[in-house]
Amino acid sequence: MSDVCIVGIGIHRFGRTDGVSGVEQGVHAVRAALADAGVEWPQVQFAYGASDAAGNPDTMVEHLGLTGVQFINVRNGCAAGGSALFSAQMAIKSGEFDLGIAVGFDKHPRGAFNALPAEYNLPDWYGDAGYMITTQFFANKITRYMHLHGISRTTLGRVAEKAFRNAVHAPHAWRRQPVALDEILDGAMVSDPYSKYMFCSPAEGGVALVLASEKRARELGKPLVRLKAATMRTRPPGSFEVFAPCIDIGGGTATATRIASRDAFTLAGIGPADIAVAQLQDTEAGAEIMHMAENGFCADGEQEQWLAEGRTEIGGALPVNTDGGCLACGEPIGASGLRQVYENVVQLRGDGAGRQVPGAPKTAYSHVYGAPGVSAVTILER
Amino acid sequence: MRAIAPGLFTDEPQPRLVGGRHRDSGRIVFPCPPGNDYEPHPLRRDGTLWSWTIQRYRPKSPPYAGPEAFAPWPVGYVELAGETIVEARLANVAFADVHIGMPLELTFIPLDPAAAEPVMIHAFQPAGARA
Repeated sequence: MSDVCIVGIGIHRFGRTDGVSGVEQGVHAVRAALADAGVEWPQVQFAYGASDAAGNPDTMVEHLGLTGVQFINVRNGCAAGGSALFSAQMAIKSGEFDLGIAVGFDKHPRGAFNALPAEYNLPDWYGDAGYMITTQFFANKITRYMHLHGISRTTLGRVAEKAFRNAVHAPHAWRRQPVALDEILDGAMVSDPYSKYMFCSPAEGGVALVLASEKRARELGKPLVRLKAATMRTRPPGSFEVFAPCIDIGGGTATATRIASRDAFTLAGIGPADIAVAQLQDTEAGAEIMHMAENGFCADGEQEQWLAEGRTEIGGALPVNTDGGCLACGEPIGASGLRQVYENVVQLRGDGAGRQVPGAPKTAYSHVYGAPGVSAVTILER
Repeated sequence: MRAIAPGLFTDEPQPRLVGGRHRDSGRIVFPCPPGNDYEPHPLRRDGTLWSWTIQRYRPKSPPYAGPEAFAPWPVGYVELAGETIVEARLANVAFADVHIGMPLELTFIPLDPAAAEPVMIHAFQPAGARA
């Protein structure tokens, strides 16, 4: 079977853009991606669009042109963007189409997400009593992990410090000022052990990718960035997820990420040691730490040494979150997973400028994780 | 005692949390889900701390139904041996003394300490602690 290639990328900068709707940010990204690919909207045969809270993606045809294009909306929690991309590559792999787009955008209100119990099959008392809080879950999860695997709070701080430092060189990032490690560690506490600098914020942004069959990509004359694997998986038994009134005894280590990652490596026919650059879900600083292990890049506990030695810095053995990740870009749910793939294409093309991974990387990995226990992984090769 | 929800606690001098036991697999969960797959199963009152954090900001309302006045509270997961690990606030303990593995026992605290007839929620406190 021929590979699916990413032939165009576009992004609307993340953060806060008052007066521009989520859909408009998605449209901006699509236009940029089309221009990058050198194709016109009427040539696009299909689209998958992801948004969690900013309206129906297919309404963007009003802006892009009423060509009658097939346009399918995807709403799949934090894996919405990854699911859109998975679906788009399937449409090409099947032979049904040879040119289409995956687009994701979102626009969330300021502050923490305020989820309601009924949306998650939970009784009202759970929200009434103050448990319906994502930050509480993330903090509980990392506290347990730090206890089991000897991860220090300084290491969490180093993750955030790296994110803001990398974002200085990423024009699409939101928080682009370096923050000193001490300031991160001494920042206002949100949910121990996390200070405000160690959590990402709900935000806004849009990303679009143009996908093509290998044959079509060659005709377009674009450098071939191949989508070697795209997986989306849900949680296994005994996992520990957001909004969990209970966890099975012995649970808390099996995750959707481990399944999505394992299956993506199998599809791509390579292993973690073959990856040159990785974008890993960093909803909070500890998530990046845990996801390094869950995706197979190191053993539990080795992160302490990895961060101390700078192995995940842009010049390190495995650069992680080269554009500052969610910590620096914020998290517009529908767009977040596609931002990671955007960044990986930038890196594989060698267009990263101040944040470019040296040595002409040939493989790139992306991973999202979120409620209600979903994960999506991609592996790119050039 | 005015419980935050009916059927969440047993009606006895020392109330217990009402979990659910899966009729086929025996898996125990909290709270007891609606429907016929699970039967109510009162949970043991003693446990050990599995993980924890401090809630440092007032949760958004809705859904939070507590008072406007806010003071940070510890909240974590408590392992009930042989049953399940339940999420619960911690009470009657200094933040600096909270640690994984500490022995705990079930207690009940008001959602709004200033209310005349407060709604009660479950919490765990250090074993042998007194309010």
